[in-house]
Amino acid sequence: MPKPEKWELRLYIAGQTPNSILALKNITKYCKQHLEGRYVIEVIDLLKNPQLAEGDQIFAIPTLVRKVPEPLRKIIGDLSDEEKVLVGLNIRPIAH
Amino acid sequence: MAKNKEETFRKTPTGISGLDEITNGGFPKGRPILICGSAGCGKTLFAAQFLIKGITDYKEPGVFMSFEETPKDLEDNFMSLGFDLKKLQSQKKLHIDYVRIERSEIEETGEYDLEGLFIRLNYAIDSIGAKRVVLDTIESLFSGMGNMTLLRSEIRRLFSWLKEKGVTTIITGERGESSLTRQGMEEYVSDCVILLDFRVIDQIATRRLRIVKYRGSMHGTNEYPFLIDEHGISVLPVTSLKLDYKSSTEIISTGLPALDNAFSTGGIYRGSSTLITGNAGTSKTILAAHFALSSCNRKERTLYFSFEESPDQLVRNMATIGINFKQAIQSKLLYIHASRPSLQGLEMHLMVLNRLLAELKPRTVIIDPISSLITIGNSSEVGAMLVRLLDTLKINQVNALFTSLTHDGYTEYSNSNIDAVSSLADTWINLRNEERNNERVRSLLIVKSRGMGHSNNQQNFTITGKGINFTTTNKK
Repeated sequence: MPKPEKWELRLYIAGQTPNSILALKNITKYCKQHLEGRYVIEVIDLLKNPQLAEGDQIFAIPTLVRKVPEPLRKIIGDLSDEEKVLVGLNIRPIAH
Repeated sequence: MAKNKEETFRKTPTGISGLDEITNGGFPKGRPILICGSAGCGKTLFAAQFLIKGITDYKEPGVFMSFEETPKDLEDNFMSLGFDLKKLQSQKKLHIDYVRIERSEIEETGEYDLEGLFIRLNYAIDSIGAKRVVLDTIESLFSGMGNMTLLRSEIRRLFSWLKEKGVTTIITGERGESSLTRQGMEEYVSDCVILLDFRVIDQIATRRLRIVKYRGSMHGTNEYPFLIDEHGISVLPVTSLKLDYKSSTEIISTGLPALDNAFSTGGIYRGSSTLITGNAGTSKTILAAHFALSSCNRKERTLYFSFEESPDQLVRNMATIGINFKQAIQSKLLYIHASRPSLQGLEMHLMVLNRLLAELKPRTVIIDPISSLITIGNSSEVGAMLVRLLDTLKINQVNALFTSLTHDGYTEYSNSNIDAVSSLADTWINLRNEERNNERVRSLLIVKSRGMGHSNNQQNFTITGKGINFTTTNKK
């Protein structure tokens, strides 16, 4: 059996705004459901580390970046649409 | 009126030569400016020049936020115009931030805002203490993202944030079909809007610039031609606004003592303009050469525009009649610029002239002949531009001498070609060749000379190994 894939996610926020709080809550929930034990979520607050915005080409807040597995993917918004997030991250195929 | 308004808000130099004049002092400091136009009209260059000149000439660091070209592309493109972006970046005077928006990589779900862009911009501005910002072109956001309502309100917020931040910002926008820009950016930028245009008339490509709006400031309302050459963009104001240059009372020599004596003052005023007209072969160039040499002898830098002869040929020919230019050229007092009039459009010629004036700061300028410039443009434009050129020379107190080729007959006083120049010239000298007793007699007549008495006699002269020699004695 192939080694289970590790998921590295980054969530860019700018302070504790309602959108950011909601996005973190949502992605934590989805990961627990679908990637239990195989994920890392790094939260980057751009108010504290503004220099990090350029590297990952962040312009919208909140932005979720899938660093690993490649290729890089981005989802912007509060991540409230679970289906869209999972498809966007390619966590599982479109549900039937 | 203009004075009071200027005091109410400050302006910042545009860095684009000629534009400060049209905008009566530059862009509104600390406010957004919209530059719009169709593809390829020079928007990015315009914005970049504003930024780079801000750094190099006005000590204002700048941030270039590019939504279209990568930093590498920008560096390469502007290197060809002599702008070394890499160096400016390493000196921490310029920050290029490339915002890549790839729709295929991005999924949108739920609410978001553009705070990330604000943070990036804020960080870039603060890291180098930027005073100028370029957003080229922010409308790319619209093609990369779906939520138009959100984008619009965020862009509105961005502009007011930039205003609060106190940075002068250029926003570029692509020309739309029914509005100035595709996404109606002009609604958000209410202070200053400039439209660039690129069109082809009579197979000659011309670029024009127009200030559509400039709130709270006097500005020129015409369409102004502008040029892109190896020095970037320069705008040529067609008409100048004032007639308020200073006039000197100092008298300088024409280079010919006998001719000086024909004026009651014993010469012509410094900073005045002289027109020499005459048919082909009436020694206009020789008279001009005498004038040039006398200026060099006064140790004053002289700029000689030759539209008929190459510098070498001019130097050789003048040497045969005892006018030695070589030494003056070697001691860098004389600079001869030769080009074919038909090589470039009139605008380009005048631009070159203007640039050399700025670079060399000559005290004397000779244009030989000015009539070649007249033939290459269409008359109304040419007239206005010559006025402009003469004005520039007068403002700078430059002694100017123009030769103009005229044709036979009485028309020489009413030639439409020289009308534009003659009314501006302070001194007008006409040269003639006549045949008398199987001999060619050269003569000179002062048609007019403002502010001084002058001889009314026709004066005969010959060309000798020492230049022009008057054979009739002058009476004052």
